[in-house]
Amino acid sequence: MSDTAVTLTTKKDWASDQEVRWCPGCGDYGILQAVQQLMPELGVSPENTVFVSGIGCSSRFPYYMNTYGMHSIHGRAPAIATGVATARPDLDVWVVTGDGDGLSIGGNHLIHALRRNVNLTILMFNNRIYGLTKGQYSPTSYVGKVTKSTPFGSIDPPFNPLAVALGAEASFVARTHDLDRQHMMEIFKEAHAHRGASFVEIYQNCNVFNDGQFNNITKRSVRDDMMINLVHGEKITFGSEVQKGVMMGEDGVPRVVNVDDVGIDRILVHDRYHQSPSLAFALARLNQDDDTPTPFGVFREVERPEYASEVSAQVARASEKSGTPDLGALLRSNGTWMVS
Amino acid sequence: MTDMIDRADEAEVLDRLVIRFAGDSGDGMQLTGDRFTSVSASFGNDLSTFPDFPAEIRAPAGTVNGVSSFQVQISDHDITTPGDEPNVLVAMNPAALKADLHRLEQGGTLIVNLDAFDERNLEKAGYTTNPIDDGTVAGFRLIKVPMTSLTKDACEPHGVKPRDAERSKNFFALGLVSFMYSRPIEPTLEWIADRFAKNEQVVAANTAAFKAGFHFGETTETVGHRYEVRPATLPAGEYTSITGNTALAWGLIAAGQLADLPVTLGSYPITPASDILHELSKHKNFGVRTVQAEDEIAAVGVALGAAFAGHLGVTTTSGPGVALKSETISLAVSIELPMIIIDIQRGGPSTGLPTKTEASDLNLAVYGRHGEAPLPVVATKSPADCFNAAIEAARIALKYRTPVILLSDGYIANGSEPWRLPDLSTYERIGVPFATSTNGTDSEGRDVFHPYLRDPETLARPWAIPGTPGLMHRVGGLEKQDVTGNVNYTPENHARMGDLRAAKVAGVARDYGPTEVMGDVDADVCIVGWGSTWAAIDSAVQRRRRSGHKVAWVHLRHVHPLPSDLGDILRRYKRVVVPELNRGQLCNMIRAAYLIDAQPLSKVAGLPFTAREIEHALMEGAQS
Repeated sequence: MSDTAVTLTTKKDWASDQEVRWCPGCGDYGILQAVQQLMPELGVSPENTVFVSGIGCSSRFPYYMNTYGMHSIHGRAPAIATGVATARPDLDVWVVTGDGDGLSIGGNHLIHALRRNVNLTILMFNNRIYGLTKGQYSPTSYVGKVTKSTPFGSIDPPFNPLAVALGAEASFVARTHDLDRQHMMEIFKEAHAHRGASFVEIYQNCNVFNDGQFNNITKRSVRDDMMINLVHGEKITFGSEVQKGVMMGEDGVPRVVNVDDVGIDRILVHDRYHQSPSLAFALARLNQDDDTPTPFGVFREVERPEYASEVSAQVARASEKSGTPDLGALLRSNGTWMVS
Repeated sequence: MTDMIDRADEAEVLDRLVIRFAGDSGDGMQLTGDRFTSVSASFGNDLSTFPDFPAEIRAPAGTVNGVSSFQVQISDHDITTPGDEPNVLVAMNPAALKADLHRLEQGGTLIVNLDAFDERNLEKAGYTTNPIDDGTVAGFRLIKVPMTSLTKDACEPHGVKPRDAERSKNFFALGLVSFMYSRPIEPTLEWIADRFAKNEQVVAANTAAFKAGFHFGETTETVGHRYEVRPATLPAGEYTSITGNTALAWGLIAAGQLADLPVTLGSYPITPASDILHELSKHKNFGVRTVQAEDEIAAVGVALGAAFAGHLGVTTTSGPGVALKSETISLAVSIELPMIIIDIQRGGPSTGLPTKTEASDLNLAVYGRHGEAPLPVVATKSPADCFNAAIEAARIALKYRTPVILLSDGYIANGSEPWRLPDLSTYERIGVPFATSTNGTDSEGRDVFHPYLRDPETLARPWAIPGTPGLMHRVGGLEKQDVTGNVNYTPENHARMGDLRAAKVAGVARDYGPTEVMGDVDADVCIVGWGSTWAAIDSAVQRRRRSGHKVAWVHLRHVHPLPSDLGDILRRYKRVVVPELNRGQLCNMIRAAYLIDAQPLSKVAGLPFTAREIEHALMEGAQS
């Protein structure tokens, strides 16, 4: 996003001197590695990069990046990042949040940052649990989840993070997971390149309070049959022998089918650039539980005016129109009279 | 009508006049009062205004709840308040009479719109008999004018339908009082033509109504004598009429210019603060960025984010908004970034009285955060003073890298007064030395940046903004290690950081200069005021002193930390009285800080003090 010449850095330049303190085995380590490894590829500089986070395990992230950073308040990172980006459109601003931080206490700020299309790259670590407070259910935990605060099972239906983002008019929506560094890097790179608010959900394992939450989908042994890789312009197929695909049902609801049963012509083609969010929304809701195949990749990417540059444009237009700011003229703008 | 100035010579000269326009919310009383004020201002009177309107956008027409009033005092000498008791009440309907008659001075002039006193309106106002005839208004000088029908008659030749014409009756009232009190008419006629330029019919109707009101006064004997309030002998200079919220907005713009920093405002609409957002959003040519956020918390988050990025971050709100912003203000205290939080106080608790004034957020401003989270609190005393108060808040915030709360209130926000334009070249620039280079070495001797290595004098930490090579650093709400800013949970460090934060804020008082004692330094009694009580205290002190009593008076610009010489000053007096529009919040702070027996003078009624209330308290205390 920076229009200066490509900056040459190495992964080491992006790591701070702070000891990383997540629990051993936490999925956050893999995400941090992916981000630090990616940064040199982006051609940006640490001094023009800002990481803003809220509160939660994932929100410790900025401490480990050798950039400008703020570990702020529970849920408020999108609002604070909006201030940073609006004041300084020249900066690369990243938001690191979690399912509790981003969708519960900070849900309002998240949807409004997406609605405004502020130039932020938002990484939402979804582990479907409150880790930092030691294991309560989260707004993405499925009904029936037994936790410390729900000994008889959770009764709250969860949010679908991608559907929420799409409902908030997000212009870039994607999903990746913590076990595939290459995929994460690819998605983060595209999210960063997108002008406007990019929302990336990362399936992230909490090995202490919610271990194996995504095993049915992302474990290497089941991956081929459970992960649907979305590729723009291509048929949405998957499976160890590419035997499965996604077809639009007659009721307008997409379904996973055997390609041979319906014929390849009836399999949907992914279009991430479609102006209508309908397909992306339908795909976001394809998996209703952890036993059904789940799409990954970029669901949607559309161009919309970016908030901070629109603010700057108004400032520039006003300056052009009024010339050099004149405080004396401002003080006289409501009319004056002389007393002698 | 051009002979007005000549005829004015025949008018009886008054040194001051308090007039109150009261009518239904839809009657245009704020506009009428505003026009009367502007004309008087340009005529050279000193003045002070008090708009008083309901929280409902349109309460049921004709009811007491829907009454909207505008009080203005004009004077030939320096005044600070809109006056205690109106000399003149203009009541456009029975509800207005019911709501405001009790304020009118005994023997005062009461002008009523006779047409509105019909059975239906009387019933809506809760009158069982007509107060005009039943003795209710005995003791006042009653002027009955059928304003509605006269306005309709005046408009008819211009082809204005009676229903539309009726809406111009406030201009009839304005014309009438303009005659009675010898106001120049040309400015109002010009204003009507300009303001309603898009609709010729409305210009014609308002002009006809205004002239009809003026002529009615001139040609009938109903109103009797004319009066005049001559221009005040204000200090020479160029003046404008300004409200508190406009002055705050301009002060913020000036502060940005003085510091050479762009201003970024995060705000969420709330009465009575929204006008600052409106005003600032007009002036983007000064580099001002305004974000109307999704809520109060986001608004202060935007301001803090902008501050982190190197702007003058500001958020504007009222008490309920300050409560919501509290957690972010604490973060700003912890990460030690400059930010201005403006609280236009209103009646509370909760939604309380959104359009009425109160000064009951002092405790909230000084103490209203979790943890030990001190910050400076600045108070403005009058509409025009808001300009300097905003600059002072910015100066402290930027110098000490701290959030600062600026307290105003609804009375100051909407009230207006003449303001002698300051000489902008006399304002000191505000230096903002962003950190540009490393300031320490690590254990291996490499140059590093220590974000919490403080200035030894101010204790402010360096402000290194994104984009500065080599100074990348992280800040956050977790306790930071002294000097390095790394996360640190040790007891010794937490104690030290708490001490440093407190010492930094306490040190702000070194910049104040000696506290000014006004009035009689050698009096027995000293008044300590803050905020908008300034106006009423000023009048009360003047009256007491004119009647031969000594009074000393200290008015605080800085309510936290308190001036370091305040304790010694107050201990010199036998009696210390603290008038406040709350239940004694500053009084308690003074008692706690100096162990002196300061006495509260409280008013929590959604209204400012009258000068008389303060004068009485001083008299009573003197007798006891």
